[in-house]
Amino acid sequence: MNPVDKRRREFFGQAAAIAGAMIAPGLMLYEYAEAKAPGEPVSGKVRWGMLIDTTKCAPGCRECVDACNRENGLPGTTRATDSQWIRKVDLKDLKTGKAVSLPVLCQHCAEPPCVDVCPTGASFKREDGIVLVDRHTCIGCRYCMMACPYKARSFVHETTTGQSPDVPRGKGCVESCTLCVHKVDKGGTPSCVEACAAAGHQAIVFGDLNDPSSEISKRIRAATTTQLRADLRTDNGVRYQGL
Amino acid sequence: METNSARRAFWALLAAGGAVLAVALGAAHYMEVHGHAVTGMNNQVVWGLPHVFAIFLIVAASGALNVASIGSVFGESDYKPHAPLSVLLTVALLAGGLMVLVLDLGRPERLVVAATHYNFRSIFAWNMILYNGLFAICALYLWALLERRLGRFAKPVGLAAFAWRIILTTGTGSIFGFLVARQAYASGVIAPLFIALSLAWGLAVFHLAQSGLARLAGREPMDAELHARVRRLLAIFVIAALYFVAVHHLTNLYWAKQVAFERFILVSGAPYPALFWAGYVVLGSLVPLVLLFHPALSSARATAAASVLVALGALAFLYVFIVGGQAFPLEIFPGYEAASTFGDGRVDGYSPSLPELLLGLGGLAASFLIALAGARALPILAPAKVAIAAPAPAK
Amino acid sequence: MTAAGLLRAVLAAALLLAGSGAVLVASASGPAVDAARSGPCVEDPKVMRRSHMDFLKHDRDDTVRRGIRGIKHSLSACVDCHASKVDGRVLGSEKHFCQGCHTFAAVKVDCFDCHASTARPAATAAAAAPGSPR
Repeated sequence: MNPVDKRRREFFGQAAAIAGAMIAPGLMLYEYAEAKAPGEPVSGKVRWGMLIDTTKCAPGCRECVDACNRENGLPGTTRATDSQWIRKVDLKDLKTGKAVSLPVLCQHCAEPPCVDVCPTGASFKREDGIVLVDRHTCIGCRYCMMACPYKARSFVHETTTGQSPDVPRGKGCVESCTLCVHKVDKGGTPSCVEACAAAGHQAIVFGDLNDPSSEISKRIRAATTTQLRADLRTDNGVRYQGL
Repeated sequence: METNSARRAFWALLAAGGAVLAVALGAAHYMEVHGHAVTGMNNQVVWGLPHVFAIFLIVAASGALNVASIGSVFGESDYKPHAPLSVLLTVALLAGGLMVLVLDLGRPERLVVAATHYNFRSIFAWNMILYNGLFAICALYLWALLERRLGRFAKPVGLAAFAWRIILTTGTGSIFGFLVARQAYASGVIAPLFIALSLAWGLAVFHLAQSGLARLAGREPMDAELHARVRRLLAIFVIAALYFVAVHHLTNLYWAKQVAFERFILVSGAPYPALFWAGYVVLGSLVPLVLLFHPALSSARATAAASVLVALGALAFLYVFIVGGQAFPLEIFPGYEAASTFGDGRVDGYSPSLPELLLGLGGLAASFLIALAGARALPILAPAKVAIAAPAPAK
Repeated sequence: MTAAGLLRAVLAAALLLAGSGAVLVASASGPAVDAARSGPCVEDPKVMRRSHMDFLKHDRDDTVRRGIRGIKHSLSACVDCHASKVDGRVLGSEKHFCQGCHTFAAVKVDCFDCHASTARPAATAAAAAPGSPR
């Protein structure tokens, strides 16, 4: 080979190596970025989770429930056929009588029973851990409702009106808490979290469980937290403190 | 040779069944237009009376095929003439049951989606494949049974049908057995329980269909020796089913965490204990056993009564199993008493509504019509045995 | 309807749409529907008439399953743009955008069983600026 061409080859090779070495740190740091760009697909690098501190949850307070109803266009009534994506549960220890109040919602399990049983795959887990119902594919068989250990799912028993444009929901399909996915995908936080903070209780923390420096990860390392029905090994994304 | 009265009876029965079916389809349309709010089902009890009828029909369909299997697979030649009716009944019962299930869906118009999107981790999806496969196998089986030139295929197709329906019924039971979170269901014994139930219910329905259709066609019902064998077989199947139900509940009672649910379903949670003990155990199992075993009660009428009671007991059992299992609240917080706006900690007061009952009866009507029309159109019924004057020569 | 006739109709529609405000689009054999938009559609209207259901059906999985927001064929973006300037809806009468053509073609609009048929409040104000990001 012509010695000039050989030199050119070496030059390009070295330039590429230097360029790669410069970009590499940026690529590695990108892994820890929390919010994704809106036009990008979600990835498994992030796992969204919630921590609910029951010691800060006030009995009788319904801010999270009301905020969820407003955000998602839910009716807010509580007949047996009405959808409730989040509800306040009042507990009393059978032996000691100690009273606890906490919200229960879809636990966004890593091993969701509802996803296993859905015949069409409409109930699915997104890469970032949010468990959703694809209502284009849902046939309304309600098997996921039978399978959920937390009674998190609701079936829409009547014609819906006044839907929020960001939250489609309709008769004949099953639905549950979406972790306000339409907000999270744009870098926001679920409405229940915001409402609890606005009411001054700050009982709910939302964040990336895969990021060791996020507030939720730090809190989970510091305090004892549990998952509901941990014996089922569904590895829930929602954890509770003070139970 | 069909008499005029038989022909009139056929058309009258067809019209009656058609009327029930038409009303049921109207009820299904009403449910679809207004949503499930017009039924008794809600976010706690999501599967109600329609599923009781549907599961009964589907499980009985699988068991009805057993009669043909006894002939083709186990070589009992006395049963072979009854195999075509058995296969027709399987198709009829399965079609009726699936019709009810599909019409109860929140979005029945998405059946095409269900047929084209499969999640193979879901036993429900597998069941859809198994049901359709059973239709195909039954079609082949019936063809092999009725077409003399294809008679040699009856045994291999019969074997395939036998294996297929065992897998299918295991799948139907596992729909419940795989529900890890439900105290009423999460158990491996549900699958063999459903196999045993299918054998009992299928044979009971077969006997009723066979004697009814034979009478309509002006033929003698099955001969005495076969009749005696069928009685014994039905009794054995009823006992087998009772055995699995007993094992299921006794095992549950051994687990401290299951005791509250068992107390609810067997003792305190009205109406389920009454339906279970009086409906399934006494009327649906013990009284039929008396009717089937007692030497003084060996008439065809006694067997028919036993079959009817087994079928009614089946509905009672399924109501307790399906609805009672959901009415008891999920235990999300062991050790705590719970209360909320979503029914946590509270037993749900489900009461079935008229549209649900009509839809369920429509499933029975659809099965009835298919069996009736099929028996008339095809040479399904066993040919009448010619009575001989002299005693049979010693073998 | 000949190809030339269709072309003429589309051309007439395009010319008529040159201004802002509510315009009735009359084609040679279509309904008079308030297109209610000011600015170009994300696809050619001829293509859209034929294929909008395919675009929506294939692109919706990007949002639902993969979380990609701001896709080109977003139904809520269609509604935001095409909702009537008077009441912010795409259903309600034969003049409203989606209902008009669908009634004419006798095709049931299944989408709005679940999806909102009203525009987002901010969108009706922003619709005056064409090409605003969704």
